[in-house]
Amino acid sequence: MTGKTLKISAIMDGTVIDHISAANTFRVAEILNIKGSGNVVTVGMNLESKSLGKKGLIKIGGRFLTKQEVDTIALFAPEASINIIKNFEVTQKFRVEIPDIINGIIKCANPNCITNAERTKTNFRVLDKNPLKIKCHYCERVIGKENIELI
Amino acid sequence: MEFRNRDIVSIKDFTKDEILYVLKTAKKLESRPNPSLMKGRVMASLFFEPSTRTRLSFESAMTRLGGQVIGFSEPGNTSLKKGETLWDTIKMAEQYADVIVMRHPVEGAARLAAEASGVPIINGGDGANQHPTQTLLDLYTIQKAKGKIDGLNIGFLGDLKYGRTVHSLATALTHFNSTLYMISPEALKMPESYTEELDRKKVKYYEESDLMKVIGKLDVLYATRIQKERFPDPMEYKKYAGVYKLDKSMLPHFKPTLKIMHPLPRVDEIHPELDNTPHALYFEQAGNGIPVRQALLALVTGRIK
Repeated sequence: MTGKTLKISAIMDGTVIDHISAANTFRVAEILNIKGSGNVVTVGMNLESKSLGKKGLIKIGGRFLTKQEVDTIALFAPEASINIIKNFEVTQKFRVEIPDIINGIIKCANPNCITNAERTKTNFRVLDKNPLKIKCHYCERVIGKENIELI
Repeated sequence: MEFRNRDIVSIKDFTKDEILYVLKTAKKLESRPNPSLMKGRVMASLFFEPSTRTRLSFESAMTRLGGQVIGFSEPGNTSLKKGETLWDTIKMAEQYADVIVMRHPVEGAARLAAEASGVPIINGGDGANQHPTQTLLDLYTIQKAKGKIDGLNIGFLGDLKYGRTVHSLATALTHFNSTLYMISPEALKMPESYTEELDRKKVKYYEESDLMKVIGKLDVLYATRIQKERFPDPMEYKKYAGVYKLDKSMLPHFKPTLKIMHPLPRVDEIHPELDNTPHALYFEQAGNGIPVRQALLALVTGRIK
């Protein structure tokens, strides 16, 4: 427990994304585009976790996530939790949640969908959260988790 | 019921009452034609993909109501060739017309067009996705021939995997209390996403590959063409083409009141020798496109409330 507290309080202001299933850690890092940012980032992989066995953890100093970023994380790592750190304190902690409507984050897997032919924002309705199943507002195709791709 | 300014994009947007209202309006227009109902109104007919039946019946529907038609029947001569987006084409067309009918090879095109347009869009087919006016005319045909849509045994025959008309009609029939018989080769079965919906809506249905096992039960048989273009391998197509052929030899097995429907064009699923039997409903079905499309044109432009 002491170890965990230390890790979280190690940044003054920022965000800790915890309880990422180990396999999705790099996916989340990619979503947040941490490579391109100048923030202090720590990525932990295969850390011990009671609930997940092995988990990943990402700490980003000086950055707070947008709703869209949190929603995107939820699609790929639905078990993740977000800790918001201000002045070394966890001021807010919540589980990510898959939204009912997904706006503009992902690409339609149907190559013959108008959203892939013309520049327009994608829009999906979530039919099922586990396993994730979404439906394109335009071509009405139902897409499973395995075919979900970021724009 | 408010239909004015409404887009007709997908049969899934319709409630049962709305479907019945369109059919009722079609029936009124068929029994009492109104050749000046759409006088002074213009319909843009934008066919980004060729289609014979749908385009002709829409244009005929509008003309017989006294309206005017502008548009194109293939994108060859239009600014699309110059790279104009669908969005821009629609933004232009809405300035010239009171209603836009469109067919487009890309799925979701009609939904996007509806977002771009201030005048109602009627989807005449978007790729493999939706063709709601076909579904409404199919329902109208069943209702007209049988006096009802509930309590029937309705068979679907042929390519149930790729057949867009079958998918949409089956979806619409979830509002009604009929029993569905899905007759197809194993490889061309109705996709799970549709049968799951039938399960969810508690629709009674059976899947069968042997037509003869169920033919005697059917009140309506909706035959479809097995589409050559769906098979990358011609050998594979040959295996399924002509699996089901309806001809005179089957007459003793039909219910005397069986009606055969087909969205046309047919290849060899229905022998022409059945055309003059009381079972053939497919040409009348094509004709029913007129009152149904007239009803939609009049409703969305607010000419009929």
